[in-house]
Amino acid sequence: MLDLASSNGQVQQDQGLEDSPLTIRGLTVSYGQKPAVFSVDMTVEAGKMTAIIGPNGAGKSTMLKAALGIVSPVSGQVKVFGQPLDDKRARIAYVPQRASVDWDFPTGVIDVVLMGLYRELGLLGRLRGDHKAKAMDCLDRVGMGDFATRQIGQLSGGQQQRVFLARALAQGADLYLLDEPFAGVDAATEKAIISVLKSLREAGKTVVVVHHDLATVSDYFDNVFLINTRKVAEGTVAEAFTADTLQAAYGGRLATAQVDQLALALG
Amino acid sequence: MSGEEFVPLSLTPLLIGIFAAVACALPGNFLLLRKQALIGDAISHVVLPGIVVAFLLTGAISAAPMMLGAAGAAVVAVVLIEAIRRLGRIEPGAAMGVVFTTMFAGGVLLLEQTDTSSVHLDVEHALYGNLESLIWLDAVGWSSLLDPEALAHLPVELPRMALTLLAVSLFIAVFWRVLKISTFDEGFARTMGIRTNLLGMALVITAAVAAVAAFDAVGSIIVIAMFICPPAAARMISNQLEGQVGWSVGFAVLSATFGYVLAGYGPLWLGAQDAVSAAGMIATVSGVILAIAARFGPCRTRSGAPVGV
Repeated sequence: MLDLASSNGQVQQDQGLEDSPLTIRGLTVSYGQKPAVFSVDMTVEAGKMTAIIGPNGAGKSTMLKAALGIVSPVSGQVKVFGQPLDDKRARIAYVPQRASVDWDFPTGVIDVVLMGLYRELGLLGRLRGDHKAKAMDCLDRVGMGDFATRQIGQLSGGQQQRVFLARALAQGADLYLLDEPFAGVDAATEKAIISVLKSLREAGKTVVVVHHDLATVSDYFDNVFLINTRKVAEGTVAEAFTADTLQAAYGGRLATAQVDQLALALG
Repeated sequence: MSGEEFVPLSLTPLLIGIFAAVACALPGNFLLLRKQALIGDAISHVVLPGIVVAFLLTGAISAAPMMLGAAGAAVVAVVLIEAIRRLGRIEPGAAMGVVFTTMFAGGVLLLEQTDTSSVHLDVEHALYGNLESLIWLDAVGWSSLLDPEALAHLPVELPRMALTLLAVSLFIAVFWRVLKISTFDEGFARTMGIRTNLLGMALVITAAVAAVAAFDAVGSIIVIAMFICPPAAARMISNQLEGQVGWSVGFAVLSATFGYVLAGYGPLWLGAQDAVSAAGMIATVSGVILAIAARFGPCRTRSGAPVGV
């Protein structure tokens, strides 16, 4: 990792900011009249896996997109490794929702992974053999090495998701942001993805996942960020993923029995 | 056909047709994949009021003011489309529909209300262009290609279209990688710092430049057809963007050449008296190529679609 403290002399106003891979302050995003995300603060802990959870339409994806500059917030501040986003884009990898792109686009699996090397290659940089080798290595890590030359339209949903993850791996980042990577994928893919994410954590990387499956939260994640337009809770799974916080985030949308069951599972 | 006949009468219109077709087909590939294919249609309509206004201001049909007026109108339209799309939060197709209908109607109204009847500016010219009249009378044969005196009297549309094609090709070549990434996955492109809005705007402006230059020489029929038909046919031949763009250039050249020859000689072969509009025939040939590709192309099924659909 880069030594941020010595690489610039700026005085940090907010204590602890420079340690966090991603901090969000007062973020408000609006599509039309009603805010999708309202005045949200988030501090992502380095080297951990954090789940962003909340009901449908709670602003999970929107918050992530605003943090990445894909949508423009109404207000708020985002710092990546203590710096403005534009200075630290090289340290971020992003996996969008699978359904956000047209998989009939005329390109092959390996080409999609190579897109992750754009910051390395630049506008006109020459694609060399070692770039292809790196992309192949990323495909192997998600178990898609045999599919390198396939047209992307021929992939199943789970395979598409793994290709997206391979592209993020090719970005060689320190902070990985994933939007619903487990949505609609087969069990084998879910296992493959979680094992890659855990290996990233072991390598000291930070992983943030927009997640919808409450049953797997405590298995997969260290930290939880609960949102329903506003922040509901933030902290370790034990602190923030409780019957009370879930009730607060989901309200009547989560059956009481389900909450009790989760509370039992949490101990 | 001998050089004495071919070079002065057919070489320049053929080359202008080919250059115009390729200059439109190149950006058309990306517009097609971005589901903005009709933007070529829109541009070729919205330039009409710009051309009329340019004529009213200068009182003459000369190339430079007309190009400027057309380009100005195209830029106004692009900005309007983007503004309506963003402010109204509606899909681009709807925004284009509103803007291009309004501007074309405005252009027709201007044409009717002002006295342009004395000059060569009418709806027919706007549709078909004047490809057949772009002849090179100073040429006496192939040797004229090396004769500076004869070259000086080349139709001005030829170097203009060649330069346009060069500029369009350069844009596509330089921005190939970012165009590919942002066309496939705009959100991801933005997270890597690619200015996708600016790039999308630059692509549309490039398409507009190609459309205006081609419109002046060959009319809007070719423009509309070439933005869509060669790229769409090529998409059904290749599953790689590189392959698609390559095939689209081939189809554009084929349409222009075959269409031009067929327009000039086809009716004679059939025993008719006159040749038909080259622009119309070129567009028709591109449509036939598209139909053949749609029936027999190897990549014509939406492989991403679920089985049985």
